[in-house]
Amino acid sequence: MKQGAITTMLPALSIENLSKVYDNGFEALKGISLSVDQGDFFALLGPNGAGKSTTIGIICSLVAKSGGRVSVFDIDIDENFPAAKRFIGIVPQEFNFNQFEKPLDIVINQAGYYGLPATQARKQAEKYLRELGLWEQRDVQARMLSGGMKRRLMIARALVHEPRLLILDEPTAGVDIEMRRSMWEFLEKINEQGTTIILTTHYLEEAEALCRHIAIIDHGEIVENSSIKDLLRRLHRETFILDCIEEVPESIKIKAFKTRRIDTHTLEVEVEKGQHLNDVFSALDGDGIHISSMRNRANRLEEMFVNLIDGAA
Amino acid sequence: MNTYEQWIAFVTIVRKEISRYLRIWTQTLLPSAITMSLYFVIFGTLIGSRIGEMGGYTYMEFVVPGLIMMAIVTNSYSNVVSSFFGSKFSHSVEELLVSPVSNVVILMGYVVGGITRGMLVAVVVTLVSLFFTELRIHSYFIVVVVVVLTSTLFALAGFINAVYANSFDDISIVPVFVLTPLIYLGGVFYSMDLLPEFWANVSKLNPLVYVVNAFRYGVLGISDVSLTFAFTMIIGFTILAFAYSMYLLRTGTRLRQ
Ligand SMILES: Nc1ncnc2c1ncn2[C@@H]1O[C@H](COP(=O)(O)OP(=O)(O)O)[C@@H](O)[C@H]1O
Ligand SMILES: [Mg+2]
Repeated sequence: MKQGAITTMLPALSIENLSKVYDNGFEALKGISLSVDQGDFFALLGPNGAGKSTTIGIICSLVAKSGGRVSVFDIDIDENFPAAKRFIGIVPQEFNFNQFEKPLDIVINQAGYYGLPATQARKQAEKYLRELGLWEQRDVQARMLSGGMKRRLMIARALVHEPRLLILDEPTAGVDIEMRRSMWEFLEKINEQGTTIILTTHYLEEAEALCRHIAIIDHGEIVENSSIKDLLRRLHRETFILDCIEEVPESIKIKAFKTRRIDTHTLEVEVEKGQHLNDVFSALDGDGIHISSMRNRANRLEEMFVNLIDGAA
Repeated sequence: MNTYEQWIAFVTIVRKEISRYLRIWTQTLLPSAITMSLYFVIFGTLIGSRIGEMGGYTYMEFVVPGLIMMAIVTNSYSNVVSSFFGSKFSHSVEELLVSPVSNVVILMGYVVGGITRGMLVAVVVTLVSLFFTELRIHSYFIVVVVVVLTSTLFALAGFINAVYANSFDDISIVPVFVLTPLIYLGGVFYSMDLLPEFWANVSKLNPLVYVVNAFRYGVLGISDVSLTFAFTMIIGFTILAFAYSMYLLRTGTRLRQ
């Protein structure tokens, strides 16, 4: 769960102990918990097969959960799923519109499914098709659109009923760099206007560029959940284990460094980005402690990212 | 969603369904008009004149109601089965599933789409039949009720087929191997009186017998089976199909993982 700031505001999304076992017996989610604040820009990061789409599928009712609870703006989906659905706009990972229909019809019909009267539906559809640069293409068959345009069509469709929570499943997969930038800008804009955004990605870079909070999911479990800042700080922190010749006093302190005395002759030191090991050595020198050898303790987070990147490649 | 919003969602689905079959009218409306014209020419005019009377009417007069019913049954069925399976196949059914539309609205949207196509084709076929025979309607009330019930029943059946179908093959198996034989054996072309007792009894299990005879009663005023019994059966089958469709939607069978 998120540490720190106690918010009195209801979370936009709250997931507790959510589990999913698919019909073939595969356990895709092993009891995950998450909370996303209103107005947040939240990333769910994880390698392929981690359970991101499964989680999102459950939130928008395309996948039936096996256990746990999900609430959207404090509405429990088990109690009133239709009410929860009104708050959600969903942009799935795979294209899921009829390729033979026209963008304008696709978006207008979606508005109709949310109960928007015809004139309003048309107005809203025009607004979002324009904002996403698809107005010129409104009357061509959707299959004629480029990959990036199809993705933006799904964003327009997801926004047409003005949801308070927009969920995008790998929105930039298969989208070229330039298009990705403009999509990011668009998402930042609607986030600033108050829409809570959750996106899944397997690019740390994307999460870093856009999001404030991040959860990392792997093999159906949340392995990290913090602010991006905190995560990046920890990602760049290294831990060294120093074997000392002289005995290390229990009261050892090195200015500006976090240390831990492991035993009489072993000391652990954390070095943040921008700090220098030299400072550690001179401080110890000043205390009359000499170092015989030093090793780097594996950074679990970093290992995970290496795996993430391998997995994504 | 309040009732008004549900109504908007319903209208949206129906309108989308209607524009779908109108857009591809050469695949949806034209084939029935052509097939039925051929039936009129062959069975009504060419062969019919040699058959003589059936149930007290000329053969042409006898087959027309059955053929109209056949068009209604196949069109309401195939509209829903192809449209709903198509939306499953393209995953665009998810547009409905993620929205707050209630299951009954989804179902009725598709069903009413199928009903309108069944009726539209019925009108076309009826107009075509006027080139071959005169049509006097015995009871408009019964005609309308039977048409509505029948197209509802077969639209629902098409929906159930679409839910279970995994491929385009699966949506043609049922029409070819189940629906067509039931229609042909359902008394479209002959009176049940012609059958040996055993086969006449077996035929009573065939819902098409009730549909065809109730409709023929509406048009000609004759029926091989009791009208009350026919209506009871049609309504019974319709309620069953509706309940089962709702069950499939509620459990998300083959729609949600
Ligand atoms: N319908 C399904 N039946 C069985 N296993 C599935 C199904 N859908 C997904 N999975 C499995 O569940 C795991 C998580 O999948 P998914 O949520 O799509 O991952 P991600 O979106 O993070 O790539 C994967 O191992 C995937 O193979
Ligand atoms: Mg995925």
